Amino acid sequence: MGGYFGSYALVVALFAIGVAVVAGALFLNRMLRPTRLTPDKLLTYECGVDPVGEGWAQSQVRYYVFTYLYVVFAVDAVFLFPWATVYAAPGFGMTTLVEMFLFLGFIALGIVYAWRKRVLAWT
Amino acid sequence: MNNTFQAPTIEYGQLAPLLLVFGAAVVGVLIEAFAPRYLRKSFQVPLTFVSLLGAFALILVQVFVSGVPTAPAAMGAVAVDGPSLFIWGVILILAAVSVLLITDDDHFVPQAAAVPGSAEEDDALAEGAAHTEVYPLVLFAVGGMLLFAASNDLLMMFVALEVMSLPLYLLCGLARRRRLLSQEASVKYFLLGAFSSGFFLYGMALIYGFAGTVDLAGISRALGTVSGQDPLLLIGTALLGVGLLFKIGAAPFQAWKPDVYQGAPTPITALMASGTLVAAFGALLRVFWVALGNLDWDWRPVMWGVAILTMVLGAILAITQTDIKRMLAYSSIAHAGFLLVGVIATGDARQNADALSGILFYLLVYGITTVGAFAVVTVVRDAGGEAGHLSRWAGLGKRAPALAGVFAFFLLAFAGIPLTSGFFGKYAVFAAAATGGALPLVIVGVVSSAVAAFFYVRVIVLMFFSEPAADGPTIAVPSMGTAAVVTVAAAATVVLGVFPEPVLRLADQAASTLFIR
Repeated sequence: MGGYFGSYALVVALFAIGVAVVAGALFLNRMLRPTRLTPDKLLTYECGVDPVGEGWAQSQVRYYVFTYLYVVFAVDAVFLFPWATVYAAPGFGMTTLVEMFLFLGFIALGIVYAWRKRVLAWT
Repeated sequence: MNNTFQAPTIEYGQLAPLLLVFGAAVVGVLIEAFAPRYLRKSFQVPLTFVSLLGAFALILVQVFVSGVPTAPAAMGAVAVDGPSLFIWGVILILAAVSVLLITDDDHFVPQAAAVPGSAEEDDALAEGAAHTEVYPLVLFAVGGMLLFAASNDLLMMFVALEVMSLPLYLLCGLARRRRLLSQEASVKYFLLGAFSSGFFLYGMALIYGFAGTVDLAGISRALGTVSGQDPLLLIGTALLGVGLLFKIGAAPFQAWKPDVYQGAPTPITALMASGTLVAAFGALLRVFWVALGNLDWDWRPVMWGVAILTMVLGAILAITQTDIKRMLAYSSIAHAGFLLVGVIATGDARQNADALSGILFYLLVYGITTVGAFAVVTVVRDAGGEAGHLSRWAGLGKRAPALAGVFAFFLLAFAGIPLTSGFFGKYAVFAAAATGGALPLVIVGVVSSAVAAFFYVRVIVLMFFSEPAADGPTIAVPSMGTAAVVTVAAAATVVLGVFPEPVLRLADQAASTLFIR
């Protein structure tokens, strides 16, 4: 076990330790605690409230608009942050600024579309 | 901070066809946002055609005025070479013909968000609503196909793969009738497609770990210089292969194809069965010939297995089908297998050029015939939509001889009967494979062609030699677009079958330069 893949031995060891700690803690608990089950205790824990309905619930497709808007803004941000750290440095200049705003323009099309489709209106 | 920033050089002239298609798609989105509903279709349809045909004209200008480029464009990210330009031309023609089918609103759901069978759906129907978003979505998909076939590094290829696939997932779910089936097809395609994208991405990561670059030419160079990391390379190659073979629907990754082809609106099926297949073969060839060409000793045996499995499985399972669209889907799987035979037929440069030229010609003739066949499927109707079940097609030859005749002709072309375009396509690929030392594969190919011919001929017999059912399907009067598609496809199948010389020579020329690095 040498060479290139040997350097991953540490990662494997770390995983093994992680698994051992969690499994060990659960096992120790199991050994030390008394186990007296009642139907109430077997209920799914849902913030202390009695669980309602089944675990398999359908979510409304109309929530897609939130995902949609999130993606529009998240993509903005992902590219804006690295850009913001360099655009003022010498050698980048006006072109960099203009290019970023072109990119933002394309992304903004998404918002324009959402606005025209009355996604932003409060209903 | 790196202050020696170099602005990239982008060859806008070479990328113009791509930019035109994507630009038109963006304008299409703006039309959706700002044009009043009743005007949208009259804006979208001309825009779509102008951009597709304009992009085709730009390719002609590139080829005949500027000449075929000899170096990759956009800092090595996109390779606009002979094969790319040919494939672009094919995709644009097939897309334009498919859009003629798409202009028939009758295939698409009036309001996709309405639950099937609900009052909302009835309202939308009564109101005459329509999703003109279909056109920009198709343009984005076509743009993705163009980029997929021409991308010269894996990262660009992945972006193109997603740009191509995401609109198609949506379009699959928009069938007007049998909506649950359509939505099921859409979700299945999405889940399996996302899964295969994951494979592709992980393969890409491993290859990057091996080569230190995602550039196809760079990977090819790294094959000779990097040593001692074969596991990364081999696992990466396998995973990339899974991602790409999924897209062409090769066995054992073919499970999605029948369900999706059956559920999707038929015009979209036509676009997928032709355009996506062409683009995916372009990308597959580029990865396995350019980047991993020197590794052929390792991937060739696997590809042999996949090709044999694909041909045999496609041909045999097609026999058991009772739905016309599912049958065509399995036939498409078998044809993907025949094309894979060409992918394996590598050797020296001359041999590669022959194989490539055969594949390019095959893709063109198969694509055109496929679109034509699906166009015929759209006009044979029952009360509940298209008459999918084969038993409904019995006796069609007596009730609509012209239509049944054209369909029979398409089926003969699929089977590869001489004097149809399919014959020369198969001949070109198999001949290249035979000289390339893949004779056993050619024999399997010919045998499964014969098996495939059985079920094509069975449909013809059913149409012409059975008594028509009393309550048989009606033949819808085809719209202008549909009639044009059937005519163009039939004409192309005849002309390429009788006089294939000019197009074969064109494919030869396109292939002679091979892929640039």
